Amino acid sequence: MGALVITVTSGKGGVGKTTTTANIAAALAAQNAKVVCIDGDIGLRNLDVVMGLENRIVYDLVHVVEGTAKLRQAMIRDKRLPHLYLIPAAQTRDKSAVSPSDMIRICDELRTECDYIIIDSPAGIERGFRNALAPSDKVLIVTNPEVSAVRDADRIIGLVESEQKGPPSLIINRIKADMVKRGDMLSIDDVLDVLAIDLIGIVPEDEQIVVGSNRGTPVALDEKSRAGQAFRNIARRLAGENLPLMDLDKQDGFLARLGKLIRPGG
Amino acid sequence: MNNLFNRLTGRQPPSRQVAKDRLKLVLIHDRTDVSPAVLEQLKDELIAVISKFVDIDRDGVDIKLTQEQTESRLVADIPLLKSPRRRR
Ligand SMILES: Nc1ncnc2c1ncn2[C@@H]1O[C@H](COP(=O)(O)OP(=O)(O)OP(=O)(O)O)[C@@H](O)[C@H]1O
Ligand SMILES: [Mg+2]
Repeated sequence: MGALVITVTSGKGGVGKTTTTANIAAALAAQNAKVVCIDGDIGLRNLDVVMGLENRIVYDLVHVVEGTAKLRQAMIRDKRLPHLYLIPAAQTRDKSAVSPSDMIRICDELRTECDYIIIDSPAGIERGFRNALAPSDKVLIVTNPEVSAVRDADRIIGLVESEQKGPPSLIINRIKADMVKRGDMLSIDDVLDVLAIDLIGIVPEDEQIVVGSNRGTPVALDEKSRAGQAFRNIARRLAGENLPLMDLDKQDGFLARLGKLIRPGG
Repeated sequence: MNNLFNRLTGRQPPSRQVAKDRLKLVLIHDRTDVSPAVLEQLKDELIAVISKFVDIDRDGVDIKLTQEQTESRLVADIPLLKSPRRRR
């Protein structure tokens, strides 16, 4: 058996799949697990820049599928974490260059060599999503607390269930606690109420995510980042730990403390 | 829900509540693959069939999809026209 194959998907685009993939992978690798990420977004490669590995790419997933490169050659080792690897997507090809059975074959080859394989799925329900889903043991669905994102998540949940991939788990990303409090954003309970699905983590809106992707350093490696903490928690839950959800109301960090000094009680 | 909120408070309901209500409704239609337009058509045909047998209050007919956990249902509320009570 070996590795657990995790697919990160969403339905709606731009909700944070790539961010989630990079951060969970980094968090797991920081706990000494051996992790291989696969960018399943052929033609719109992103995971390489979010992980800060864009300058090292020679071979990609399509080269492996077509036999012009060995799997090993397409595995780029992370700069910071020696147990973390990326298999990048091809940038100049389209999704049809890879098939679901190619993905199953590649993952089977990797399974004996690592602890986790994490596949970043493209948005949508087309070929790229099918590719990312085919080898999956565990599906994580990312959503935002917004009507359109939750609606599309529901569609994906239905598709995953009909493929008999086991019950998927939900990550609610970009929660703004202050907006929820003043009644202007769906709460965690609202989302769970309509989707009726297992929740594996919540991630607050956090500017550090942008800073992290500017630098190519996932926030999961930043001890002080709230979103980083949230992703580390998800990684630990994937590894089997039973952790309570983080308290989104609790603000820490320098800026929040400063804010409290300036407007006491705020 | 929202109407009630409006009447009680005289204010707009919080957008969070609006979002949740809209989401619930749209998901019911997505999951059953019955669009509001199809439901409207179904309602018209249902009214036509039932009217053959009983006099109904066409404007009062309410047909909706509901959902509890994994169970969906089609609920029809069809008021009959008030008729002078028949003597036995
Ligand atoms: N918790 C967060 N706080 C702040 N910004 C975030 C958060 N999560 C994601 N973002 C930002 O949202 C944008 C989209 O994220 P990302 O690329 O991970 O989404 P995606 O689902 O992979 O998109 P696509 O569907 O295009 O592949 C990025 O600019 C990212 O920095
Ligand atoms: Mg992406």
